[in-house]
Amino acid sequence: MNVSARQRDGVTILDLKGKLTLGSGEQALRTTLQDALAAGATKVIINLKDVTTIDSTGVGELVGTYTTVTNRGAKLKLSTLPPKLQDILTITQLITVFDVYDTEDEAIASF
Amino acid sequence: MGSARLAGVTMPLEHRFHLGIGSRFENIELVQVVLKDSLERLGLDEDARHWVDIAVREAVANAIKHGNRQDPTKRVEVDLGLDGESLVIRVEDEGEGFEPGEVLNPLAPENLLKPSGRGIFYMRSFMDEVQYGLRPDGGTVVTLRKRLPALGVDREPAGRQEQGEKSE
Repeated sequence: MNVSARQRDGVTILDLKGKLTLGSGEQALRTTLQDALAAGATKVIINLKDVTTIDSTGVGELVGTYTTVTNRGAKLKLSTLPPKLQDILTITQLITVFDVYDTEDEAIASF
Repeated sequence: MGSARLAGVTMPLEHRFHLGIGSRFENIELVQVVLKDSLERLGLDEDARHWVDIAVREAVANAIKHGNRQDPTKRVEVDLGLDGESLVIRVEDEGEGFEPGEVLNPLAPENLLKPSGRGIFYMRSFMDEVQYGLRPDGGTVVTLRKRLPALGVDREPAGRQEQGEKSE
């Protein structure tokens, strides 16, 4: 999995690409997020558009991200979930925890 | 149609592949490559393949992590076969054995934000049946089953005689 961070309108956007699964380098999300928070990010979007597969470890990483951001008093949104990720978050009922938006623009506007 | 000997248990099963891997997380991808090829040959569409892939991924991950505790000298054995219209996948490890009753419900409000503990839930969500057992010589066997009524793209025509019959 690849994670890269960019800034848009005062929001830190983490673009994820590939498989968010055990053994795929899934810890990269955590470390990139920690760097962003250390640099002062208070509004974070995780863009999931290019994530092809997410296993229970990947879901755990997303949950960990949510907890980390919230504990810091920052805000986290998820954007552009592929249908299968949407299904998984629905099945695990995490869709009720995360703030999910169809597009990046909507996610930015929601802060 | 033959029978495959798995974990000391013989069951009528059209055996498709056996794969033994060392307990390293990167080997999960190896299983996925073989599984994908096998499921494609069986004519499963992309969607169906995805959910089976996810379930098997969890089973193999559990075997490596909780069963064999990432000891690379311990093996995880994966078998895939067909039993009538069901896809049957077995994943075995060399660990201490496992009691699924001890697993917390990941949908309970107090567990929703826990970072782990969703693997078995995942398997149960995407397969029709998930059974845990113990190997006679120690270790856990998890058997995943999924009914695939459309199964049979590359199977013998003799097995498709019921085609014209009205289903209940």
